[in-house]
Amino acid sequence: MKRSKTMEFGVGLFMLAGIVGLVFLGLRVSGLSLSTPTQTFQLEANFANIGGLKPRARVTMAGVTVGRVESIDLDTDWYDARVVMSLDSGLEGELSQDTTAAILTAGLLGEQYIGLSVGGAPEMLADGDTIRDTQSALVLEELIQQFVSSMANN
Amino acid sequence: MMPSLLNKSTAQVTRLGRKGCDTVESLGRAGAFLLQSSVGVPSREGFSLWLRQMHFVGVLSLAIVLVSGLFIGMVLALQGYTILVDFGAEQALGQMVALSLLRELAPVVAALLFAGRAGSALTAEIGLMKATEQLTSMEMIGVDPLKRVVAPRLWAGFVALPILTVGFSVVGIWGGYLVGVEWLGVFEGSYWSNMQASVAFASDVGNGMIKSLVFAVVVTWIAVFQGYDLVPTSEGISRATTRTVVYSSLAVLGLDFVLTAVMFGGL
Repeated sequence: MKRSKTMEFGVGLFMLAGIVGLVFLGLRVSGLSLSTPTQTFQLEANFANIGGLKPRARVTMAGVTVGRVESIDLDTDWYDARVVMSLDSGLEGELSQDTTAAILTAGLLGEQYIGLSVGGAPEMLADGDTIRDTQSALVLEELIQQFVSSMANN
Repeated sequence: MMPSLLNKSTAQVTRLGRKGCDTVESLGRAGAFLLQSSVGVPSREGFSLWLRQMHFVGVLSLAIVLVSGLFIGMVLALQGYTILVDFGAEQALGQMVALSLLRELAPVVAALLFAGRAGSALTAEIGLMKATEQLTSMEMIGVDPLKRVVAPRLWAGFVALPILTVGFSVVGIWGGYLVGVEWLGVFEGSYWSNMQASVAFASDVGNGMIKSLVFAVVVTWIAVFQGYDLVPTSEGISRATTRTVVYSSLAVLGLDFVLTAVMFGGL
């Protein structure tokens, strides 16, 4: 009987270890947080070229992550890319109308993300507004092409 | 001359047909066997039988699975570092270790180890019960061997392998941390933050768990059925044990490709 008790204890410990492991995978490895998802609001921005930007990419401001890219699709009116971002609702009504959005690259070959920087206009962006002033991704091939053609002109 | 050749080829076709029928029949037997033994009302008695099997199949397999996980995580970090450092991208080490473990290596390697450590033992145990006519005696005294012997083993396998897979991933990621951060000097913050930025719980951890659940069903099913269906001689037991390991390894690797194509191939 005693042996069966230690066996039961062992199996219980084993299953508990499985649950703890799953929690570790959730919190530490995939970065889930236990707090409820923060309220967000959406902004749109049109870019001439998004390079390698992907949905779920970070949106940062002064290097601080303030939101994520929600969706990317082609705007057939202008034939450019329409990017929908969702930002922390703490920023709603805090960003001026002339805020600029630029697609930046982390390191030389790293992931691409959107960097926002605030302007000085008195009117503020509201939920669903579009950021007018955007800067496209740096595409390495275009850069090299420009460099080569400017060398050729010289 | 001609009639004898005709006879020979007819015999061959007959043999081929019989073999095909046998294969289909044994597949059907295996399916009915799985249904009959795994479906049923759990009883208090059944729970304690299941507990005993969990101890054997799960707790006692923990050591080999965790040690393998540690070494695989360490090797991944070491190999990944030497390649990534050429591109100045050694910060992505955590991401590489975690994704390859969660999506691929943990479910597959844990299932292969499980087939070798627990599956072969299940086949041999049930096979010996059959060879010594314990199963027949059970039927004689009115105990259903499917419920008494087979069901607890099946359910123990279904529950144990996903837990072992979680343990494998956790220890592997820790092993990658030991080699990458403690030994090779990757910055600790970037190891974890790159991992958290790229691993999605539902699509990476969740799909890995679905994989390991599928493998658990397949491996335990093959092991228990091979034991139940073998020729009750000592040679039959040894053949069935070999078949268990071979069939489950092939099934795991083949299914892994199919599951990966369905889960991650549609990008």
